[in-house]
Amino acid sequence: MKVHTLSVLVENRAGVLSRVAGMFSRRGFNIESLAVGTCEVPEMSRITITVNGDDTQIEQVKKQLNKLIDVIKVSDITYREHVRRELALIKVAANPGSSRAEVMQIADTFRAQIIDVGAKTLVLQVVGPPEKIDALEKLLRQYGVKELVRTGTIAALRGSKTTAGE
Amino acid sequence: MKTGAKILIEGLLKQGVTTIFGYPGGVVLPIYDELYGSPLRHILVRHEQAAAHAADGYARASGKTGVCLATSGPGACNLVTGIATAYMDSIPMIALTGQVPTALLGNDAFQESDITGITMPVTKHSYLVKKAEDIDTVLGEAFHIAGTGRQGPVLIDLPKDVVTNEAPEPKPRGEISLRGYNPTFKGHIRQIEKAISMIGEAERPVIYAGGGVIASDASPELIRFAEATGIPITTTLMGIGAIPCDHPLNLGMLGMHGTRYANYAITECDLLIAIGARFDDRVTGRIQSFAPNAEIIHIDIDPAEIGKNKVVDLPIVGDSRMVLTCMLDRLTGRKERTTWNNKINHWKVEYPMSCPDDGVLRPQLVIKTLSDLLNGEGIIVSEVGQNQMWTAQHFCFRHPRTWITSGGLGTMGYGLPAAMGAHFARPDLPVFDIAGDGSIQMNIQEFGTIVQYDIPVKVVILNNMYLGMVRQWQELFYDRRYSYTELPSVDFVGIAAAYGIDGIRVDSADQVKEALTAAITTDGPFVLDFRVEREENVFPMVPAGAAINEMIGGQKE
Repeated sequence: MKVHTLSVLVENRAGVLSRVAGMFSRRGFNIESLAVGTCEVPEMSRITITVNGDDTQIEQVKKQLNKLIDVIKVSDITYREHVRRELALIKVAANPGSSRAEVMQIADTFRAQIIDVGAKTLVLQVVGPPEKIDALEKLLRQYGVKELVRTGTIAALRGSKTTAGE
Repeated sequence: MKTGAKILIEGLLKQGVTTIFGYPGGVVLPIYDELYGSPLRHILVRHEQAAAHAADGYARASGKTGVCLATSGPGACNLVTGIATAYMDSIPMIALTGQVPTALLGNDAFQESDITGITMPVTKHSYLVKKAEDIDTVLGEAFHIAGTGRQGPVLIDLPKDVVTNEAPEPKPRGEISLRGYNPTFKGHIRQIEKAISMIGEAERPVIYAGGGVIASDASPELIRFAEATGIPITTTLMGIGAIPCDHPLNLGMLGMHGTRYANYAITECDLLIAIGARFDDRVTGRIQSFAPNAEIIHIDIDPAEIGKNKVVDLPIVGDSRMVLTCMLDRLTGRKERTTWNNKINHWKVEYPMSCPDDGVLRPQLVIKTLSDLLNGEGIIVSEVGQNQMWTAQHFCFRHPRTWITSGGLGTMGYGLPAAMGAHFARPDLPVFDIAGDGSIQMNIQEFGTIVQYDIPVKVVILNNMYLGMVRQWQELFYDRRYSYTELPSVDFVGIAAAYGIDGIRVDSADQVKEALTAAITTDGPFVLDFRVEREENVFPMVPAGAAINEMIGGQKE
């Protein structure tokens, strides 16, 4: 079992996301994260999916994705040089005087930004590979994580190659 | 300028569609108005499910794409079983559904259902058309998708305003190209060469041919390939008809109710050549024990089928006919495999597919007699259950597209409407629906359609007053506890008569031939109610979870 990162180019049409998500649930594949947005071509979208499975399962995931008419291209970039990033917003309990300073120190270490300061809470914005966000969340848990919002992983190939081109 | 409805009907005609099956309703009124007096023939069924099955039967018998039409909401929902049936067996079909006007979409309007959403898992693709000017393009794409690659059903949902609004005359359709859809037809040459050399080395090869061979009309190439290499063929339920039943290289059907010799051959082979088949659980039994000693070559148009259920040694993605043609061109010499052939012939003699000739009215006798009378020249449609398995086992099929059955989904109630569709595809051939008393009652209302259009379908009911296949499992695996499988006697001849269809009830074995002859010689539809041995079982049988060589029954008496 290994987490794979798939970059999927799709038609920017109504219902595409539900076709993709439906295929995963129907066939019993586990999506770890899914992020979708517009891309460099206006009439297409790019979906980044991280999915957990052994090689046979991942092979089947890719083939089933390719069968969807609205899916233009599936690239498994797991074993290629690439960068992965996720953004998270974390609302942490931080009472002035007690834990607030510690939370701010941790945020600093993780190069997370404090984007909201409330009477009893702070909202941290952190960007990085999902493991980094997991680590930060774990550290912050002792102070009380009130809310955690994650975008899901997005990824791009390093260098001049693109998943659309090749 | 033309209305969307006019563009739709003209588009269907342009596509070469001659017959569609449907049922009218509120939001499709504009389409039905356009059908009034149109050269496009519309067959009015009695239930939308039958429209889908009829379109499916039409497609299987003709090789062309079948078309059905239903209104929104309940009409569209009633198509779902028929669409799923076509999807599981990769049958090209277009399902046209009405939809509430675009302004009301999502409002829970009267007779609104999200049919594109409901059918997403059982369609190859679907469209919700938003503008009249898109209709013609969508229609072209839909037929292209349904009828190419691994074929399947495509649904087009048409809101009422889209078919009433006007749009300019559509431009002539050019070559359709979709960037997300590029099926591979030609097999990879190097893979094909490897296959040839594997075949050359094999001592005990077997071909396992499925519905893909029928879909790509590869039957002649398959037979030539088998004859050129001397390799025996076993077919799946869907592959029956690809090779004549009495061809010396035909091992019959494999799997749960296959012949013993086919299953033994699979278990002992050292090379399995799967062509247009998908290693379904009803074929493989316990998958680890399926062809355990064999290298596997898998030829299939759908790359996702390769390695899905069974690891294969050599995949060839492509159209069965094209790949077989290419392989035939490259064959050199034929290897004699006397020991293997002798072994198979020994099994064939030792474990023949037979039924006792003891004067009892057994269902197999009905099938065998019909087979002898028709001599393979006709279309046989079945329902699902024991009737289906007995037909697959005992009818001698000689041509592809003459055996029409719901394989993957196993849809009871499929047979009668599919037989109607098959008739419109091949009006030159007699069409028989082999049914059980359970399954015939799932769409028996289609007697009405048969009468209205004088469709000469002959219905053979193997009436055992049970849901026979379930009863068989209860007998064998649930200690004869016949939980809700017994059905009361129904006067099917009386029902047929009420619709205006002739029929005969048959109670003894010596009346079988005469009754079937009466059906064959009758011009119109005919219903035969055979009161067969009630607790007859389908044998041989592989119990669920067993290996396919661990069979019950089917030995010499």
